[in-house]
Amino acid sequence: MTLEECYTALGGDYQDVLGRLRSEKLVSKFLLKFLDDGSYDLLVTSMDKGDWSEAFRAAHTIKGVCQNLSFTRLFTSASQLCEALRPGGPPQSPDLFTQVKTDYEATLSAIRTYQAGLPA
Amino acid sequence: MEKPETIRSKILIVDDSEMNRAILANMLEDEYDIVEAENGLEAVSIIQAQGSELSLLLLDIVMPGLDGFGVLAEMSRNHWLEDIPVIMISSESGAEQVERAYGLGATDFITRPFDALIVHKRVVNTILLYAKQKRLVELVADQMYKSEQQSNLMIDILSHIVEFRNGESGLHVRHVHTLTALLLDQLNHKDERYHFSQLDISTISTASALHDIGKIAIPEEILNKPSKLTDEEFEIMKTHTTIGADMLENLPIHRDKPLVKVSYEICRWHHERYDGKGYPDGLTGDEIPISAQVVSLADVYDALTSKRVYKGPYGHQKAVEMILNGECGVFNPMLLECLTELSDAIRERLDREDNSILDSRQNLVGLTEEMLQHEDVTVSKRTLQLLEHERIKHDFFAALTDEIQFEFTMNPLQVTLSPFGAKRMGFPEVIKDPLHDAQTLAMSGPETAYALSDLLRSTSPGQPTITYDCLLNVGGEERWHRIVARATWSTDEPPRYMGAIGKATDIHDTRVRLDDLERQAASDSLTGLLNHTSAKKQIEIRLNERPHGKFALVIFDLDLFKSANDTYGHLFGDELLKHLADKLRKSIRGGDIVARVGGDEFLIFMEYKDPLEPIIRRVYHFLCGPFGDFNISLSMGVAQTDLVGTAYSDLFRAADRALYTIKRGQRGKGAKYVFYDESMRKDEAASAISPIDNGEKNEAEGGETP
Repeated sequence: MTLEECYTALGGDYQDVLGRLRSEKLVSKFLLKFLDDGSYDLLVTSMDKGDWSEAFRAAHTIKGVCQNLSFTRLFTSASQLCEALRPGGPPQSPDLFTQVKTDYEATLSAIRTYQAGLPA
Repeated sequence: MEKPETIRSKILIVDDSEMNRAILANMLEDEYDIVEAENGLEAVSIIQAQGSELSLLLLDIVMPGLDGFGVLAEMSRNHWLEDIPVIMISSESGAEQVERAYGLGATDFITRPFDALIVHKRVVNTILLYAKQKRLVELVADQMYKSEQQSNLMIDILSHIVEFRNGESGLHVRHVHTLTALLLDQLNHKDERYHFSQLDISTISTASALHDIGKIAIPEEILNKPSKLTDEEFEIMKTHTTIGADMLENLPIHRDKPLVKVSYEICRWHHERYDGKGYPDGLTGDEIPISAQVVSLADVYDALTSKRVYKGPYGHQKAVEMILNGECGVFNPMLLECLTELSDAIRERLDREDNSILDSRQNLVGLTEEMLQHEDVTVSKRTLQLLEHERIKHDFFAALTDEIQFEFTMNPLQVTLSPFGAKRMGFPEVIKDPLHDAQTLAMSGPETAYALSDLLRSTSPGQPTITYDCLLNVGGEERWHRIVARATWSTDEPPRYMGAIGKATDIHDTRVRLDDLERQAASDSLTGLLNHTSAKKQIEIRLNERPHGKFALVIFDLDLFKSANDTYGHLFGDELLKHLADKLRKSIRGGDIVARVGGDEFLIFMEYKDPLEPIIRRVYHFLCGPFGDFNISLSMGVAQTDLVGTAYSDLFRAADRALYTIKRGQRGKGAKYVFYDESMRKDEAASAISPIDNGEKNEAEGGETP
């Protein structure tokens, strides 16, 4: 799987990210770094605990990272969840979080597939 | 465009997402040194430590703990924003957020997603802009300094004319100038509401020279009248304030210059009083500009300490007292505090300055220093390098020890821990306002924290080091620590407490071992009772504490102990002594002291209320009784402080003496406890056997010998 195909699979905008970061190597480097990012785990535990302000910050971080990497699909759902959490209480609909989960899993699986195809 | 110099500019990236920091770092690391912080507190700590080495901050808004706005506010409070520009980064692009960031002093704003080219350009531009601005500020300051020197000369001449006419010494203006500068500087340290730059202080103290310029229009007979002014004359005298102010207000040019504006305030209002009873306008409290308040106080002080046509000079101390007692008008209480704190410094400075040759030489030194500061950039670069080197060295050595190292600063109010120390205690590396921080207080307990703070504040610049042992709760366990710390004092006069550096070393194991050793040394290894030496020490303390208490010392030994040893063996003998020690412990009350004197000899020390005999009898019979096949029987000698006084050696000798009479059979065969009395003293003195005395009342004969 090429980097561009990976972006298509995870619902991102490859041309946009390449325009900003200006090098395929860099895009690939940060894309792989996404696998190590702890914000999602933080989001899940905070949501479970009902720690809404921590959950807000985690969603906010995911949103920022996705924005920088042009992960449009996950960015959209994370933004919505982030806004729902901003007032400091639980989100009105559980669907938002479910959507983030689905999108995150899809993103992760696309990146893993891409990673698996890289020369060792 | 300026090429990067030998030392590359350093940028601090503050973002809680490692990913975002990495992306930014990647865009900038080719040209800049990058430092990263993952939250606001860490950022503040880094700025505190590296200060002007930093050329720029890239600052995220949403972060745990202290957020980006908090960091900006902190930087503004400490006047760091004047040196370090801040570019905010955020995906928050709402107008409100942007506005708030700019309002707090951010230079620029970058929104996500980052575009490498834009980020790079903005960073370069901001750093350049700030560098240029700094250089410009320095140039302007330099120019201003030169021109101010000249205007100072003109002002000196002008005010001298006023003084000359006034019959004053000519030193008055100079004194007021010095006092004004000192007071303003002190106010700066005292209250954060006041922030006078060096330029402000210079402007106000220069303007102070003109405070009495209106006197030029007051008739000489009134100005120099040796006796009290009539009401009418006083009214005329008062007009020097408004006349002076009018003169300045009507200047054809320069009316808008800060110096002229401040001079106007001072001329018009330096006779106002804080309680509103001054003139000409009856302003109250802080309605009176601070410039006029300060000059007014300086003016009064110098008038008191100078000779005038109507009075002689008062000494420094007397003058300060009169002002503090409200004998010379009502002043801002905070200024009075400044005056008290500066008392020594004022006397010293004025004495020194009256020697005008010295004064001008000092000006020269000051001037040279300023020139150096403004013009020698390479020196400061090298200094930075040295500082950086020192910091690396310090961090390295700190990592090698298992001490908790800390740095406490008053401004900002925080403790910074060494990375090891923070990890050990499970604390963040930076703790704000530690004396009000729940975690810190839980670790040390409030008493320890305050005691340490008091101890450090009570040091002096000459002897700034303290050692303090205390229990600290580290990792859920109370352990003894030794804190060695050095208070840092400012170099200005009077020195101010700036904070402290120090380390806490875990001395728990050593201390516990010492305590154990001490306990071991104090006790008898077989029975665990006190040994004689330590019993003696404790008894002497007790006797000293209560010289009029009634105490008794009992010495006893085991009858037939030697034959028990011979019959049943030494092991049995030891068991017997242990058994007796246990019973002895059970037979006494809380405050009593028991000890093994040596061999089979023991002592009991007790405070008692009359009568003593039943107590002794009870103890005696409790201790006697069978132990295995052996029947314990004792001989006891008792001495009372009533009779022999409170010297331990007298008490011991008397009890021993009483015991001795039993051993010698002087008490008849059944006598088992004997109280010391006067007859034995003779006995002792004569050191000879005397006939049986008649002290039977104090003595129990027979008893149920077991």
